[in-house]
Amino acid sequence: MANQNLQVSYQVLWNRLISVVEEQAQALVRTAFSTSVREAGDLSAGVYDIDGQMLAQAVTGTPGHVNAMADAVGHFIRRIGSENIFEGDIYITNDPWEGTGHLHDITMVTPSFYGGKLVGFFACTAHIVDIGGRGFGADAASVYEEGLYIPIMKFAERGEVDETLVRIVRGNVREPDQLIGDMYALASCNEIGYRRLKDMMKEFKLSDLAGIAEYILDNSRRATLERIAALPRGSAEGELTVDGFDSPITLKVKLTIEADRMLSDFEGTSGLDKKGINCPLVYAKAYACYALKCAIAPEIPNNAASLAPFEISAPQNSIVNALHPAPVALRHIVGHFVPDAVYNALDKLIPSLVPAEGAGCLCNFQVSLRPRTDEPAPEHAVRSEVLTFNSGGSGARPKHDGLNATAFPSGVMTMPIEATENVGPVIIWRKELRPDSGGVGKQRGGLGQYMEVGARDGHEFDFQAMFDRVDHPARGRHGGGNGASTTIAQDDGSAMRGKGKQFVPHGRKVMLAFPGGAGYGSADLRDVGLVKRDLARGYISAESAKRDYGLNDSDISEVNTAIENGEPV
Amino acid sequence: MSTSRIRLGADIGGTFTDVVLEKGGELFSSKVLTTYSAPENAILDGMQQVCKKADVSPGDIQQIIHGTTLATNALIERRGAKTALVTTTGFRDVIEMRTESRFEQYDLNLNLPEPLLDRNMRYCVTERMDASGNVLLPLDMNEVDGIADQLEKAGYESIAIGLIHSYVNDSHEKQVRDALAKRLPNVMISISSEVSPQMREYERFNTVVANAYIKPLMKSYLSRLEDRLIDSGVDCSIFLMHSGGGIISIESAADFPVRLVESGPAGGAVFAANIAARYGLDKVLSFDMGGTTAKICLIKNQTPKTSRVFEVARTYRFKKGSGMPISIPVIDMVEIGAGGGSLAHVDSMRQIRVGPESAGSEPGPACYGQGGERPAVTDADLILGKLDPNNFAGGSMKLHADDSAKALNAHIGNTLDMDAQTAAFGLAEVVDENMANAARVHAVENGEDLAEYTMIAFGGAAPLHAGRLCEKLGVDRLLVPPGAGVGSAIGFLRAPFSFEANRSVYMKLSDFDASKVKSLLIDLRTEATKFVRKCDANAEILSDFKVYMRYIGQGWEIPITLTEEQALDPDSQTYLQLFEDDYSKLFGRPVEGMDVEVTVWAVNATTPPESVARISEQAGNATAIATGKRDVFDPALSANASAKIVDRSALQMGSTVEGPAVIVEDETTIILPSSRKAVCQPDGCVDVKAKVARG
Repeated sequence: MANQNLQVSYQVLWNRLISVVEEQAQALVRTAFSTSVREAGDLSAGVYDIDGQMLAQAVTGTPGHVNAMADAVGHFIRRIGSENIFEGDIYITNDPWEGTGHLHDITMVTPSFYGGKLVGFFACTAHIVDIGGRGFGADAASVYEEGLYIPIMKFAERGEVDETLVRIVRGNVREPDQLIGDMYALASCNEIGYRRLKDMMKEFKLSDLAGIAEYILDNSRRATLERIAALPRGSAEGELTVDGFDSPITLKVKLTIEADRMLSDFEGTSGLDKKGINCPLVYAKAYACYALKCAIAPEIPNNAASLAPFEISAPQNSIVNALHPAPVALRHIVGHFVPDAVYNALDKLIPSLVPAEGAGCLCNFQVSLRPRTDEPAPEHAVRSEVLTFNSGGSGARPKHDGLNATAFPSGVMTMPIEATENVGPVIIWRKELRPDSGGVGKQRGGLGQYMEVGARDGHEFDFQAMFDRVDHPARGRHGGGNGASTTIAQDDGSAMRGKGKQFVPHGRKVMLAFPGGAGYGSADLRDVGLVKRDLARGYISAESAKRDYGLNDSDISEVNTAIENGEPV
Repeated sequence: MSTSRIRLGADIGGTFTDVVLEKGGELFSSKVLTTYSAPENAILDGMQQVCKKADVSPGDIQQIIHGTTLATNALIERRGAKTALVTTTGFRDVIEMRTESRFEQYDLNLNLPEPLLDRNMRYCVTERMDASGNVLLPLDMNEVDGIADQLEKAGYESIAIGLIHSYVNDSHEKQVRDALAKRLPNVMISISSEVSPQMREYERFNTVVANAYIKPLMKSYLSRLEDRLIDSGVDCSIFLMHSGGGIISIESAADFPVRLVESGPAGGAVFAANIAARYGLDKVLSFDMGGTTAKICLIKNQTPKTSRVFEVARTYRFKKGSGMPISIPVIDMVEIGAGGGSLAHVDSMRQIRVGPESAGSEPGPACYGQGGERPAVTDADLILGKLDPNNFAGGSMKLHADDSAKALNAHIGNTLDMDAQTAAFGLAEVVDENMANAARVHAVENGEDLAEYTMIAFGGAAPLHAGRLCEKLGVDRLLVPPGAGVGSAIGFLRAPFSFEANRSVYMKLSDFDASKVKSLLIDLRTEATKFVRKCDANAEILSDFKVYMRYIGQGWEIPITLTEEQALDPDSQTYLQLFEDDYSKLFGRPVEGMDVEVTVWAVNATTPPESVARISEQAGNATAIATGKRDVFDPALSANASAKIVDRSALQMGSTVEGPAVIVEDETTIILPSSRKAVCQPDGCVDVKAKVARG
């Protein structure tokens, strides 16, 4: 009975720890200054045992922090040295290789003491607005140009903040008040977790976390291994080519399912890019692992044991294993394509499980507005930076259409255009679905979207594009069609590139069409009712209904008449 | 609203329609099944019952206040009118593209909820405002005419108009409305700048669409109800409870039916706030647990906390983001899938999971003996001794403990190697922990420490779990009011006439324009007051002023309450001080050097709160007589405790009960853990306190 009651306590404790880290993450969302944190959930929070094993992690907007955070605390313990860990300490880094992949993520770790003894750690990570250097973008040739580097060190020792560090940080970044504010927000978010952990230990009369750690890790490991054991053993290769910066990038992966692990080997993947879209292994691993967990063990929470069976290897200085000092600021572009590459392999081992390729990386852009320089600018004209997050279509699933204009694998949210236009003198003239962009198929790919971007009268701007799939659309699976490609041009027809900073003169607009997801299965097999519905809603044109899905003219006019008369289709 | 008047509160819920009649301070209540095909029937039926009990005729009733889930249900079940949206060219898909994100990260087969209106029901017109309200593109009236032709041909019953930046300049929306009204005189029209003048197009458009979608239905229901009540002899005004916790006229309700969403739960919060006032409590956590969900709300200074936006019709395990946002003033409640009928299972990590799936009333929990095979929270409560199998629902239904044990063993005990009682303990602990976590997170989000709070528990399942919840949350005091089964309907009778008007206007404190602020707040006050004046021609009307502020660059706004003087004689230094004080309270420290901005301005016009007589609290003088004893599992002790059984109806003012004990009544059972003792207060509230305060 006593043992049974202990089991009940562990049930409650695990729940409680997950709630603690969710709370920790929420506190950050509310206080951080970075747009990507508050709108996109680009942050993470977790609790660890004294060996640095992650016990629980908040589910946030980006899978990119999953493994990266899991490994980080181990690096902190090693670098700080266990003899130097004191109550009241707070540690910090933005090391891309020992943190979460680029200098723009700050990770802070707080050791937790109870009864004078170290019982665990809290860690959290957030994307920050600016870290100096060239600013956020792909333009650097090495990590040295990308901003201030903070090695793993103490932000505070025994409660005393290192003012020297704070002064150095202040002197090196464009928005010092925001960054220092964010650093304190990170520290206080760990503090919230720490306080709640102490309450929990008191309530359950615990003196350490060893018992609950073992319970969490054992059950997670067993559940994950059961899932893997149930899969067919074997190896398969997947491949994916995307635009890259100047030259195309090929991601190659050999996925092997063994009795107790899944290995993703990226041998054969392209080498480093000259510009900052390279990806440290820890970040590529996060996305490979995320893709596999979604497919085979979606409900098992992230912790050291549930992540351990997913292994990754890649040649040094391939684009998914960029080493110091490669530039890595926009490592998300390659990271967001890792799942499609992994799924291309997994589909060969387990049919009818994974989606077709989708838009992949987010369709983000930054607009740097300023008073026009070709003619005298009006007095009200200002300088302003506006960053937006947008999504193309996701790939069709074996049993469902792809999602229209919805992020995958990233989990970010877009911003309301009304909010964007309140930030600076930008005008978003259009933001709506892009018909006919979803790859045709038994299940149709998700639609991409159109956007048109200009400026208020009296302004010109630089347009920092971060798009892919201009030359490499999402490819259909099992007979499904490709999604539509990205297109970008000015409204007078002037060509623009998918990546990089480009000037847009006064009065001109940027016309964007973001990619659709690919289709799954042959279009011939698509349910006629769904084709008619898609036509009625304008997801597909009459031409596509006819050409791709074989709808005849009388069906088409029947649908059109029904819509005009307000009848259901 | 003197207590000598005869007033009627009627709450149409998902299962039951509750009617409460108050006469000379005395309450008479009835509970009848909701009649979905003609919801007014249940009200009429309930009204006849309470009139009989109170010995009055419908003609004696002086005021009727009504709240209903019909609006919510119409949205959930998609039973609204044939509705079209007219919007700005380029933005046809705002309500469909949502936030472009997935609310569940790990589900590859996730589908997003369909928008209320399919794409072909959304029409675009050329026009455009900028963020300051300047016209970038004039409205093309020829296009509007063409759209009117299309709308007419397609036979729409209701039209929503939502244009970009209309919250700052509503002129185009009004022009479109006037043109369409002229062409289509029988069609109802809703415009976003009136329904929800807030920035953020997805929320605003969705709100105006929801309003248009349910307007014909609600309008016809309300007029039918009015007719039926008049036919049955009623000769008084009828008012509606709104989601913000006040009441509005039946005409306003018919124009803005989206404001009726969540009116039932709002009544519950007002009910709790009224009890808080009776006891002079400034910090109260209301806890309402029924058959399928639990709702938690913070009540500070006897006023339920409100919010500007909430989500209705969640489709995916009550998950945030899986419903649709409605931006209207609303009482801020956390709702989780935890109720008496919530079902449990063991997942692949050998963890017990409870809810949100519910056994409902058919087949119900296993112990109902109606063929339910999976264990529900009620089964665990029965096995733990919290319920008496022979005396459930006043003895009207016999419970089957053997079926509960079988279900617990089959779905939990066998997998986890636990006996039925431990499985029940585990299930109850998990559901209590889920609720406690929801309460903790909600408190932290609001910068509150629950240790300073008193819990007020109502709803059928709440008194069974409230004691344990208090232990988990470190809450020392719990009040269980009488009449808790019809709390929402009673709450309607306690609500003031009120209406909140709000508007998004961005203003940096570094760029503060005092005269603009003053005139904006005065405009909002005039608008809000107009709605309240419709309810009562003479009453005093008070105004509560609130602004939402944040550091520029942050996405999260903090509501700041202003005094009338601060509102009407505004200065930026005061606003900054108020903001920094609250920010520090929430997040530890202000951020130096950052500019602050106001994003939303709100004025709530309200009649003064009913004056509530303070209870003369009893310390306890006589031990209540127990009618027997039974074993009840005490989770804090992880063991059975021999609990006294006390009949609530036998409790007198000052009667005391020491835990472990159960206090039984027809509708529910109050569980007193060993750590608590209770005193019956003069108003019939059972006042439960920790034997040893946390200190």
